[in-house]
Amino acid sequence: MINKVGRDIPDELIGRHGVYMGAGYRDGETYTKCGVRARICEKPQGSKLVGSIREAIEKCGMKDGMTVSFHHHFRDGDYVASMVMKEIKAMGIKDVTIAASSLGTAHDAIADMIEEGIVTGIQTSGIRGRLGEVVSAGKLKTPAVIRSHGGRVRAIEEGDVHIDVAFIGAPTADEFGNARAVGGKSDCGVLSYAMADAKYADHVVIITDTLVPSPNLPASIQGIDVDYVVCVDAIGDPAKIAAKAARMTNDVRELTMAARCADVMAATPYFADGFTFQTGAGGPSLAVNRYLEPKMKAKNITMRWALGGISAPTVTLLESGLVNAIIDTQDFDQVAVKSAGENARHFEISASQYANPANKGAFVNQLDFVILAALEVDTDFNVNVLTGSDGVLRGAPGGHPDAAAGAKCCIIVTPLMRGRMATICEHVVTVTTPGECVDVVVTDHGIAVNPSRPDIAAWLDAAGIEHTTIEKLKELAYSIVGTPEPLEWEDKVVAVLEARDGSILDVVRQIKPYRFE
Amino acid sequence: MQLINRAMAGTLESSDAQISIAPGKDGIVLHIQSTVQNQYGRAIKQSVLDTLSKLGIENAEVDVNDRGALECTLRARVECAAYRSAGIEAGIPWEEM
Repeated sequence: MINKVGRDIPDELIGRHGVYMGAGYRDGETYTKCGVRARICEKPQGSKLVGSIREAIEKCGMKDGMTVSFHHHFRDGDYVASMVMKEIKAMGIKDVTIAASSLGTAHDAIADMIEEGIVTGIQTSGIRGRLGEVVSAGKLKTPAVIRSHGGRVRAIEEGDVHIDVAFIGAPTADEFGNARAVGGKSDCGVLSYAMADAKYADHVVIITDTLVPSPNLPASIQGIDVDYVVCVDAIGDPAKIAAKAARMTNDVRELTMAARCADVMAATPYFADGFTFQTGAGGPSLAVNRYLEPKMKAKNITMRWALGGISAPTVTLLESGLVNAIIDTQDFDQVAVKSAGENARHFEISASQYANPANKGAFVNQLDFVILAALEVDTDFNVNVLTGSDGVLRGAPGGHPDAAAGAKCCIIVTPLMRGRMATICEHVVTVTTPGECVDVVVTDHGIAVNPSRPDIAAWLDAAGIEHTTIEKLKELAYSIVGTPEPLEWEDKVVAVLEARDGSILDVVRQIKPYRFE
Repeated sequence: MQLINRAMAGTLESSDAQISIAPGKDGIVLHIQSTVQNQYGRAIKQSVLDTLSKLGIENAEVDVNDRGALECTLRARVECAAYRSAGIEAGIPWEEM
């Protein structure tokens, strides 16, 4: 069946939420949240501390076919997912599904377990490195399910995903399971992505390397939701969890694009006192912060809040008083981690508060602007942030589709070409963010406004900002790199990409071995 | 053009291509490896064969390690490798290229 973004979804994969019918299609619908299995603890209680990860797994009654979950706040420095999965493997448990908020290069060991048939299901936002290659090669028994950060919480709350055991890495915890992300040896600032897991999983295990005296409050993960606590030597590599400070790009091309983004923002009436803003962690997206400051000062305005993944430039704006509050779901550097722990105007929120489309209003819905990157953008403004030009899984929708859908003005910033790859192209390999949610594309060779936003085009005209069509940008790119051949696919679907509302946005098939003839 | 030695041109930097060329006996034996193979593999093959043909090379072993080079870069690297292989250092017909 062909969906709203023109992708053909095999009938046998279409589930209870159907195929993608458009942004806001389920708006106003009511539903009953999935029931949660709880356990009554009415007697006097001692410590929840157990001696090892294995003991916790045994006590949770883990069996073949179960689903376990992990969060990705430790990013490339995560030890928890691999540590737990190695123990599960050693215990001979098979047919395991991993439902993680994201997976990356720290999880090569899981790629091996897919090849060995121990892990048979993957549900995640990000999939990279060996893991992406193994899944793309068709070695996972069931198609991977890829969701946005908001879509993941929706799936948990609607019961599309049932987590049997959540293993939550926590920088600090007390022996009753109250867990925080500040303090400890492997500080990550916030635990936003683990909060839904703690509330909905049948069993919750906290894994920490820093036990602290009770009460460890205010707790990101509350002891009332926790079954067991395990203390290990190290939950992560602090150097890989957060770099010292996100590097501000010196690349003239990236800086030029960032400056153009700020110009576009300032040309809209949304750029007024109390505006709200989110930016990605990529070079040009991050550099937009630098160009906003003089524009805000000149207009004598401040930002009400900055949302999402946080790094040093946003903290600088908060400390200089140009931003009133930071609403944080992930910290990309140590400056952000420190601010999350110390600054009273820097708030930790849950992934549901951030981006879930199935609650009564997430913060993304109140965004004026979001600046996002892309691997590819096509002439329908569809964005791909998941698959490479070789068709292999190597990215993450993350909060991209959520923020794009929620913001009044979504700006994609990307170079026209990367080497011989045309970033602006005829058809993206995979649609991860539908074009109807994208308003402006800023490249190093020009700006294109989505024809669905004549208002923005008029504001740019009034401000004297030149813009062209997305087709012209594509033609310019193709005139330099040549017209790419379409990728050739096998029939087998290796990953299903869900839209925020659970409908199917696209599928990724196994790539055919290339032949030069 | 008469190839004499094995010769190379280009680098493995992004947006470049490294070409190795050596005299051959059985026509053009071409090996291509490219970071953009799925989208440009056949175009790369065609560019290399065209360039060799223009230079009048009918027998050669050619290895292409492409890192997303534009077509103009690719052709220039092949020409350079060929001239080096033929030992031609002066009198290159720039106008014709």
